[in-house]
Amino acid sequence: MSTQNIVIIDYGVGNTYSVSNAIKYLGYKRLKISDDEKVIADADALILPGVGAFEEATKNLRARNLLGILNEQVLVKNKPILGICVGMQLFATASEENGLHEGLNWIEGRVKKLDIPDSFAVPHVGWNDVTYNAVDPLFIRNRGNSNFYFDHSYHYECAEEYVAAYCDYGIKVTAAVQKKNIFGVQFHPEKSQTNGLKLFRSFFNSVK
Amino acid sequence: MLKKRVAATLVVKDGIVVQSINFKKYLPVGRPDIAIEFLNQWGIDEIILLDISASRNNVEPDFKMVKKAAQKCYVPLTVGGGIKNIEHIRELMHCGADKISLNHSALYQAQLITEAAHVFGDQCVVVSIDAVGTADGYRVYDHVAKKNLEITPADFAKKAIENGAGEILINAVDRDGSYSGFDIELVNSVCTVASVPVICCGGAKNAADFIKVLGETGVSAASAANFFHFTEHSVNITKAIINDQLPVRVETHASYNESSFDERLRITKKADKELEEMLFIRIEKEII
Repeated sequence: MSTQNIVIIDYGVGNTYSVSNAIKYLGYKRLKISDDEKVIADADALILPGVGAFEEATKNLRARNLLGILNEQVLVKNKPILGICVGMQLFATASEENGLHEGLNWIEGRVKKLDIPDSFAVPHVGWNDVTYNAVDPLFIRNRGNSNFYFDHSYHYECAEEYVAAYCDYGIKVTAAVQKKNIFGVQFHPEKSQTNGLKLFRSFFNSVK
Repeated sequence: MLKKRVAATLVVKDGIVVQSINFKKYLPVGRPDIAIEFLNQWGIDEIILLDISASRNNVEPDFKMVKKAAQKCYVPLTVGGGIKNIEHIRELMHCGADKISLNHSALYQAQLITEAAHVFGDQCVVVSIDAVGTADGYRVYDHVAKKNLEITPADFAKKAIENGAGEILINAVDRDGSYSGFDIELVNSVCTVASVPVICCGGAKNAADFIKVLGETGVSAASAANFFHFTEHSVNITKAIINDQLPVRVETHASYNESSFDERLRITKKADKELEEMLFIRIEKEII
């Protein structure tokens, strides 16, 4: 179990320390935070964390020359990757946050400002219940309890078939995406206490 | 459905969590990392760590302290105190902060709010406002210069949101450490003008205060400091009682269905016979 090589991609804007603390708590010792191509190529599972604005995130991915290696590992070698918050949004074709910015285009879709009734505050901050379209593999340990911590102003609009979970905040907000080996969550599992730790466990256990 | 949040504020002075009374008197509580570890276990929804000595001593944030404190924090952590530039914010995020709180620099360096929101997203930027009641109504308080400013908390909140703040933390200075309940009027004055989530702080004594402010105002979160440190089962009981009336996150294994509370909403001692039986109940630790 803990023999997996897990790499948290370091691209300068993520809360890598929070994510690594949570994963370490579960007993995974072979965990690295890195932007080194060789280290990333050696990984069994990748995490793309994120706290930040889309523009800064995509700029940093490019500045650190990570596009090539990520595309190769994820699209050619089919390595499982879990994107968190802005890390997930980067999978989109483009984002409208502070202008129009290109993403990785792994799951066709657009990141848009939450367009919701005035009675709902933006950003969407706090613990919200998630409804699952696909329980397997991310949510198999969270069947009975689906409370996760969200903190975002923009959300991922993509085809229904890729939406693994959504939450209700005046509109249906994409909470998780899934396409083959590509997984992403809008909420922060590293900050969702036990529920988040369970999600990490489910993700890593699904990695062969 | 989005739940109301019950947050804890840890006021840190020279590396030690303190009980703060009216922003004037400070009594030591303990180490930040230990306080955070316990609050996590008790099921708090969010932790706000405010270093009140950094700006006053004109030093940068205490990164080492934050890093150590964040290690056992599996709920969102907001860190404030001494933040003067983007590099401070970047370093705090590396040390495990999820959001940062600007107070003194929000008063005098408004462009830092905008810059931070641009780099880290508005959801990461909390602007914290200290407010005092005066004969002319509420005013913003500068805790470094120890003086009241001309601007009202509501106007200042509006300006901060225009500049890019993603959340507003409103502290009632007069209620700080007073156990006299949240200042509903003050909180309302800010909530009515804010398009972003508002967190209130100052004066909480027990669950009833939370129910009142969460029910009567538009706040997304209410925070307490002292009473969580000094009351037994504080976080669990508070959330269990609130949850009877308003949706909050309750995920603890502890159940208070068969417990009774006194008029101050503190848990009463069970009968000796019942306690004796409880000694032999085995509670399995959940394996994730």
